[in-house]
Amino acid sequence: MIPSIPVDPERRRAVAAALRAVLPARCVLADPEDTRPYECDGLAAYRQLPMVVTLPDDEAQVLAILKVCRDLNVPIVPRGAGTGLSGGAQPLADGVVISTARLNRILRVEPYARTAVVQPGVRNLAISEAAAPFDLYYAPDPSSQIACTIGGNVAENSGGVHCLKYGLTVHNVLRVRVCTIEGDVIELGGDALDAPGLDLLAVFIGSEGMLGIVTEVTVKLVPKPAQAQVIMASFDDVATGGNAVASVIAAGIIPAGLEMMDRTSSRMVEPFVKAGYDLDAAAILLCEADGTALEVAEEIARMTDVLRDAGASAITVSQSEAERLRFWSGRKNAFPAAGRISPDYYCMDGTIPRKQLAHVLARIEEMETTFGLRCANVFHAGDGNMHPLILFDANQPGELDRAEAFGAAILALCVEVGGTITGEHGVGVEKIDSMCVQFGAKELDAFFAVKRAFDPGMLLNPNKAIPTLQRCAELGRMRVTGGALPFSNLPRF
Amino acid sequence: MQHIIDSFKDRVRQGRPLRIRGGGTKDWYGQRLDGDVLDTREYTGIVDYEPTELVITARCGTPLAEIEAELAQRGQMLAFEPPHFGAGATLGGAIASGLSGPRRAGSGAVRDFVLGCALLDGKGDVLSFGGQVMKNVAGYDVSRLLAGSLGTLGLLLDVSVKVLPRAPREATLVFDGVAEIDAIRRLNEWAGRPLPISASCWHDGVLMVRLSGANAAVDAAIRSLGGDVMPDCAGFWASVREQHHAFFGGDMPLWRLSVPSTVGAIVLGSPQLIEWGGAQRWLRAPGDAATADRIRATVRAAGGHATLFRGGDKSIGVFQPLAPPIARIHARLKAGFDPAGIFNPGRMY
Repeated sequence: MIPSIPVDPERRRAVAAALRAVLPARCVLADPEDTRPYECDGLAAYRQLPMVVTLPDDEAQVLAILKVCRDLNVPIVPRGAGTGLSGGAQPLADGVVISTARLNRILRVEPYARTAVVQPGVRNLAISEAAAPFDLYYAPDPSSQIACTIGGNVAENSGGVHCLKYGLTVHNVLRVRVCTIEGDVIELGGDALDAPGLDLLAVFIGSEGMLGIVTEVTVKLVPKPAQAQVIMASFDDVATGGNAVASVIAAGIIPAGLEMMDRTSSRMVEPFVKAGYDLDAAAILLCEADGTALEVAEEIARMTDVLRDAGASAITVSQSEAERLRFWSGRKNAFPAAGRISPDYYCMDGTIPRKQLAHVLARIEEMETTFGLRCANVFHAGDGNMHPLILFDANQPGELDRAEAFGAAILALCVEVGGTITGEHGVGVEKIDSMCVQFGAKELDAFFAVKRAFDPGMLLNPNKAIPTLQRCAELGRMRVTGGALPFSNLPRF
Repeated sequence: MQHIIDSFKDRVRQGRPLRIRGGGTKDWYGQRLDGDVLDTREYTGIVDYEPTELVITARCGTPLAEIEAELAQRGQMLAFEPPHFGAGATLGGAIASGLSGPRRAGSGAVRDFVLGCALLDGKGDVLSFGGQVMKNVAGYDVSRLLAGSLGTLGLLLDVSVKVLPRAPREATLVFDGVAEIDAIRRLNEWAGRPLPISASCWHDGVLMVRLSGANAAVDAAIRSLGGDVMPDCAGFWASVREQHHAFFGGDMPLWRLSVPSTVGAIVLGSPQLIEWGGAQRWLRAPGDAATADRIRATVRAAGGHATLFRGGDKSIGVFQPLAPPIARIHARLKAGFDPAGIFNPGRMY
């Protein structure tokens, strides 16, 4: 854990006074009692009291805040619901938080155009709820969708369990309206399917709040499938399960959802949710079809054949909506279940080429012995995004260090097999050192060039997501002496 | 292949302006051509193709036709259906031009399918962004930014692209005697229903709609939409994509209007062909400054932008001018990736 840095009271008074000169008093929080709730996001091990928190009501106030920060050279941390898992919204002791909490209005739902125009603080699920009367919905469904905001989704390029078929945030956002640190209001993308010039919208999405402050988002709405049905298939070993996933894809099917759990996970969740999982199976695959009743029937029949041929030891097809939700309940409750059987757990987020699954799971199993900790694996099998859950007890001496080393080793393994250190949770502060494993000095330089194109003064969410070359160099030296990647900045939630 | 990359690097280090060229099938697209030709065609070949991973990685000089043939053998495709605009079109050109075909409204654009790339920048360094996996949020998504960048930020060396299975069934419906505004209304209403529409085209009172999907879905859509089923329409959709359709013939300059799909008829007094459910409208009209002002003002008011796609006077500006703060970001990105301004100078703005 990094130590919390004290806030300089003089500086706080000066910055708060400058902000109160341009904003209503209720929009500026400077008393530690009021700013305490903002000291962390979903990466709760990292706590830092912000200098000042602002809660703008509209775009004009956002511009006013940016001007004050620019004039006084104060760094800015944008914040949505604070559900992010990588510390992207972690405050700074000398920085101002811009919370989107009051920018929470759905401005328009346009069923004919299949779009919704919303402010950044609108919750992901609220968009689908507003679109439901028109049989439309917003497709990306991160598991935090009940709480997380669209502004945060834009910052992280959030996914969900249906993104193999329906895409990520980048595929479902048409336009963002952005206040730049230089005081301009720009629109990236548009209501048409493309915009002139470079595709700045594509690079803005997933930029972790480092390129601008979003004040409005236009999202694409898609027709709600009439029906969904899920197959639960058991496999005697993980490799057969992984190959079965490949066979489904090879058969030309893109399932609406394709998720895998290993035995540690199914045994972990079953007492908790009673989903009826096959606890003898080495791996369980959930394979969903959606569409019209006829389409679903056709796809379920094809997938059943493919999975049986691929060596599934048991196959059950959900026969009702209640049963479908029960099959999914275990997968969706894997994280709380981990919290139930273990005092602490650490969720990883690497992505690997799917063909490497059996190899990677075997290596993780070896690491369980090496590090003396258990690891449960849930896997977005369709797109290769793994969520190994390392179980540990922070109160046992040495366990936290071992969990940290275990996590870093898994991320290094993901990069080694051609994957990435983060599929959907973002880099933030959590994985910033692992960025040095994935990228070289020249790529990091290019990232800084992108950053400076939008934010020449480097005031927006500084020191997140992209490590400086110096930081990587220091890490490299430590790696040589230590023999293993140091990973001092791990969470312990 | 390393010696070819080294020769590209040498060319960059010489510091003279370079004009990146693959098959040369899109030389007419964009602003001016400047610099010595840097031919990419020697740097060719599919590097990696794993049908079950839904990813193909190939070198920029690989012919698009070779990639499509390889994918077709495994029942897969490039879902953005890129136009070739001539024999010899390469993957690098398809990505750098950022042009998508008839399937765009239903499946997505070039940038939606780009997963990663290796880039030779203006300093002569090879950079690697993204990867071969579908979900990847490590670092800024530079590879998608490069789609449609017209080679102005560097030379794309290798590109990884997501591919999709071909639908088991495809059919085209024809509706005769449909007025322009009725076609636009129908296409927008249909897009709000779970129908497997994969392409649409309206021209001169005839609306064509392509359906691609599961057998049951296509059959149900045919029953629900009506119209006449055309048995084999691959040739028709290719003629729209490759602009061999009669609408595209003749010497009159061609404008591309990218607008919100719901915009009603855009009355500019010239013939139009409408694609992408109403979001892409082709217009045959003069390519002079006065016409450009009229078209751009109309299209901007409708929430879109206009490109002088083919022909006309390029000095009037092929692409819609950018708002000054956005133009500033463009200039800084260019300076970051290509500080000496070597690659495709002036091709975009």
